Amino acid sequence: MTAPDWPLFEVFIRARSGLEHKHAGSLHAVDARMALEHARDVYTRRLEGVSIWVVRSSEIAASDPLDADAFFEPARDKIYRHPTFYAIPEEVKNL
Amino acid sequence: MYTQGLDSLGKECLQTPAADAAELTARFEAKVERDERIEPKEWMPEAYRRTLVRQISQHAHSEIVGMLPEGNWITRAPTLRRKAVLIAKVQDEGGHGMYLYSAAETLGVSRDELVAQLLAGTAKYSSIFNYPTLTWADIGAIGWLVDGAAIMNQIPICRCSYGPYARAMVRICREESFHQRQGFEIMMTLAHGTPAQRAMAQDALNRWWWPSVMMFGPSDAESPHTAQSMRWKIKRFTNDELRQHFIDVTVPQAQFLKLAVPDAELRWDEATQHYRCGEIDWSEFHRVVKGHGPCNRERLEARRSAHAEGRWVREAASAYAQKAHARSAACKESA
Repeated sequence: MTAPDWPLFEVFIRARSGLEHKHAGSLHAVDARMALEHARDVYTRRLEGVSIWVVRSSEIAASDPLDADAFFEPARDKIYRHPTFYAIPEEVKNL
Repeated sequence: MYTQGLDSLGKECLQTPAADAAELTARFEAKVERDERIEPKEWMPEAYRRTLVRQISQHAHSEIVGMLPEGNWITRAPTLRRKAVLIAKVQDEGGHGMYLYSAAETLGVSRDELVAQLLAGTAKYSSIFNYPTLTWADIGAIGWLVDGAAIMNQIPICRCSYGPYARAMVRICREESFHQRQGFEIMMTLAHGTPAQRAMAQDALNRWWWPSVMMFGPSDAESPHTAQSMRWKIKRFTNDELRQHFIDVTVPQAQFLKLAVPDAELRWDEATQHYRCGEIDWSEFHRVVKGHGPCNRERLEARRSAHAEGRWVREAASAYAQKAHARSAACKESA
C-alpha cells in the first residue's frame, strides 16, 4: 500500500444561504484544499450546497456517550425552561 | 460524527470487567429494541462491529467494482446524452463507495486496510459484477435490474441500527433512483426500436435476470447470518422476502416492455398475490462467489492496475502537501 494516512476530514455543508452548515460525512485528503475539492465532488454533485466547511477529524472534541446521562443531567429537572410549564387561562390571548 | 479517531473508546470498553460488559450489552440491546441508532463512539458488542465491518466493506467494494462493467461502455455510448448520463452514474458509484468506506471507518478499520483486502482477493463483493457487459443493452439491464435490486436491498438499510451506515444509505438511495430510471429508459428505447434492437434488449434481459434475482443472496434456509442481523436491526427483511418483492415489481415492468422474463415456470399465484418463480440455480451463484464467474479475475486485475497506476498521483499529492506545509511554516517563522 502506498501513501496511507491521508488525514480524515469531516465535511459540513450549507444547503442554501440562510441555513446552517450541517455535517454531511467525511473523507480523506492530503490538505484542506484537496478536502474542499473532494467534498465538492463527493457531496455536492446535485447542487446540495452553496458553502462547504472541512475540518480535520482529529481537531474535533466530542462528549462521551458513556457519560451522556451525567453530562446532560443538569438540564433534566428544569422543565420551567419550557413555555408549556406555565398554565395560563384560555381567555388570555397573545401569550 | 464519522470521526474514526473517537473510535478508540469502543475498544477500551471491551476490556471492562464481565459484569460491566453484561450491563453494557443489556443497554445496547435495549437501545436497538427501542429503534434508537447506535453511533460510532458508543459501546457495541464485538460481533455487531465485525458484522457491520464485513457488510459495509463488501457493500463499498461492490460499488467500486461495479464501476467496471459500466465504465466499459462510456466510450461507446450511442449518443452524447447517454454518455453524459453514464459518466454521471459511474461517478455516483465511486461516490457511494466513498460514503460506505467512510461509514466502515467509524468502526475502527482503515480504508487502506479494506482496499488492501479487496486487492488481495480476500474480500467479497456483489457477484453480479463478475458478469460481462457484452452489448449496450446490458447498460440498460444493469440500471433497470441490478440497480433496481440494489435499491430494494438498500431502502430497508436506511433504517439500520448503525447510524453512519443508515445515513450513507439514505444518500445512496436518493441518488440510485436516477440510475434505475435511466436504465429502464434505455430498455424502453431498445424495446420500441428496430427488431435488432428489441432482440438486443431481450438478450440482455435473458442474461441479467437470474444473476439479478440471485443478488439478494442465498435463500433464508442457507443464510446463517440473517437471524442475528435481524435481531440487531442491521437487516429488516430476509433475503427471500426482498427477492420476492423484487420479482413482484419487476415482472410487470418487463411485461410493459413486452420482453419475456427467461423463466418458463414463472406464474402469478392468485392465492398469495405473488409471482412464483422457477428453481434458482444456486450452483452458479456459489461458483461466481467463489471466484469462478466469467469476469472475477478481470475485475480484480483492473482494480489492482488502477491502484498501481494511481500510486504516483497519491505520492505526488502527499509530497506537495508536505512541501506546502513546510513552506507556510517557514513563512510564519520569518514573519
